[in-house]
Amino acid sequence: MGNSEHHRRERLDRGIKVRSDGLYALMSWRELSYLTVPRLVLIVGMLILPFAMPGMYWQRVITIVCIYSLLALSFDFLAHYLGLVCLGGAFFVGTGGYIAAILNTSLGLPPLVTIPVATVAGAIICTLLLLPCLPLRGVYFAIVTLMYPLVLARIIEALDILGGTDGIMGLDSFSNRWVEQYTVIMVVLLFLFGTRRLVNLDLGLVFRAVKDNDQAVRASGMNISYYKAVAVFIASAMGCLGGACLVHIYMWAGISLFALDFSILPIAATVIGGAGTLVGPVLGCIILVPISELLREFGTLRIVFYSLILVGFVVFRSEGIMVYGERKYHQFQRWVKV
Amino acid sequence: MSEQPILEVVEVSKAFGGIMALSRVSFHVNQGEIVGIIGPNGSGKTTLINCITGFIKMTSGRIRFQGEEIGGKKAHKIADMGITRTFQIMRPYYSLQAYKNLVIPLFSPRAKRTGGWRGGGKLGDRNTVSIDILEEIGFERDSFVPYKMASTLPTGYLKRLELARCLALKPELILCDEVFSGLSMSEIASMVPLIERLQMDGITLIMVEHRLRELFQVANRVMVLNFGTKLVEGTPEEVMANEKVKEAYFGSQEVEEVMTYA
Repeated sequence: MGNSEHHRRERLDRGIKVRSDGLYALMSWRELSYLTVPRLVLIVGMLILPFAMPGMYWQRVITIVCIYSLLALSFDFLAHYLGLVCLGGAFFVGTGGYIAAILNTSLGLPPLVTIPVATVAGAIICTLLLLPCLPLRGVYFAIVTLMYPLVLARIIEALDILGGTDGIMGLDSFSNRWVEQYTVIMVVLLFLFGTRRLVNLDLGLVFRAVKDNDQAVRASGMNISYYKAVAVFIASAMGCLGGACLVHIYMWAGISLFALDFSILPIAATVIGGAGTLVGPVLGCIILVPISELLREFGTLRIVFYSLILVGFVVFRSEGIMVYGERKYHQFQRWVKV
Repeated sequence: MSEQPILEVVEVSKAFGGIMALSRVSFHVNQGEIVGIIGPNGSGKTTLINCITGFIKMTSGRIRFQGEEIGGKKAHKIADMGITRTFQIMRPYYSLQAYKNLVIPLFSPRAKRTGGWRGGGKLGDRNTVSIDILEEIGFERDSFVPYKMASTLPTGYLKRLELARCLALKPELILCDEVFSGLSMSEIASMVPLIERLQMDGITLIMVEHRLRELFQVANRVMVLNFGTKLVEGTPEEVMANEKVKEAYFGSQEVEEVMTYA
């Protein structure tokens, strides 16, 4: 509307949003579906994705989407519910990936065992290595976490351990591509709804409090480093899980697991999807990863197009798709006379 | 008093580089007392609170709480022992609702120990307990105020929320850093009985204040700091009558003379 001099935009919650708060939602199908349909759309949508894809190549893309989703989820969780900007996606993927690869090739364990073990063991290692950095905040934590994957890759390269630059080859793959697809999809859904639940538990509230005002949390007699470590463990478990799945999908683990893509793309996906919504970053990955595949035909120009899309989003829709979508879903706006 | 004081501060000094923010400050607080700390800006009041609560490390000195040495302990350990504090600059957990702000202290090890409940059960979950505490401190239970986002609360409620955060821990000693500042006269008037009730509940308070009138109303003893040293200590009346305090706090004699002739 052009007459903004005399009018002001007012946003109000929709009646159904207010009605479906709390227990009252159970009183009618309309309110119930208002709450459940968006979630069901996401779940069903994710589950039918493998069928909707034309051919093996695009099915593989979906798998990669899911692995990036895990990383984006872990980034969003740490950044917006704990205040730790973590660029360690590559660090998590690399750690989890190499552990799974070693377990598989030298001990002969099947993926069913290596993936959970690599998730937990990798998360423990990542948390221990990040422990000294936990008092750092903001950009300083980001710098340190960005350094770890670079250092680890150079160590493997220089010392020629763990297969050196060739990497570890000959890993077992998933038994078939459907198992592969649905394993990663289920894992993403599990962690997505898990973290959404977590941030509203009392423990999750403590995480959010650490982000808002860590001094007040200390004054409440709580060790903030402990809670940060717990959150980093959860986030790095997601990343390590992604890495462990990735090496079994590629049947190969190499220093490209420490590539910066794994740190940077999740951030871009979070920006596009809507920071702090948890589901937003997953949507962001569903959009960004296929776009980056489509642009492959353009060769090196693809980075240019990719950047343009990103810049467009940051400039015109910096709040992200989910924040925008949630607002439209829950609120209506009208113009009122000033 | 013959019994052991709850808090004993012995010759505490704090240097920031070459600047002595506190030099050899000693005082004690008895169980159940309200002790006021006053002094001009930059006299080291907040630094003293930070030292006692472990938020900054003192350069030298000893602090004993209930006979136990707490100097050099970590802030969360000290809070766990029952020394809580409010902050001069209130920063609630903005992204949470007011009552959810109290779930955090209620989740702490001390609250789990002292609360006599572990979430759920007869006393209800943490949300119920936090609404109870908020009601006690002046949030109307059946209004929407406890459910508002902390970022939308006015200053008066934020100050109360700060106090409520301390109370959730069932503290022995609360250090209030300017709870009256930034409040309107009527808001202050409603805070005073709250402070008095805390004392009646057996909580010991140390209050750093600039609002002298209200402080003297509630405080049993007052200590005056100036340039990081203790000037005097005594009952509010004694402190008010002291010449040194007048000079340090209310401007020097000469300035006053000039003002009266002007």
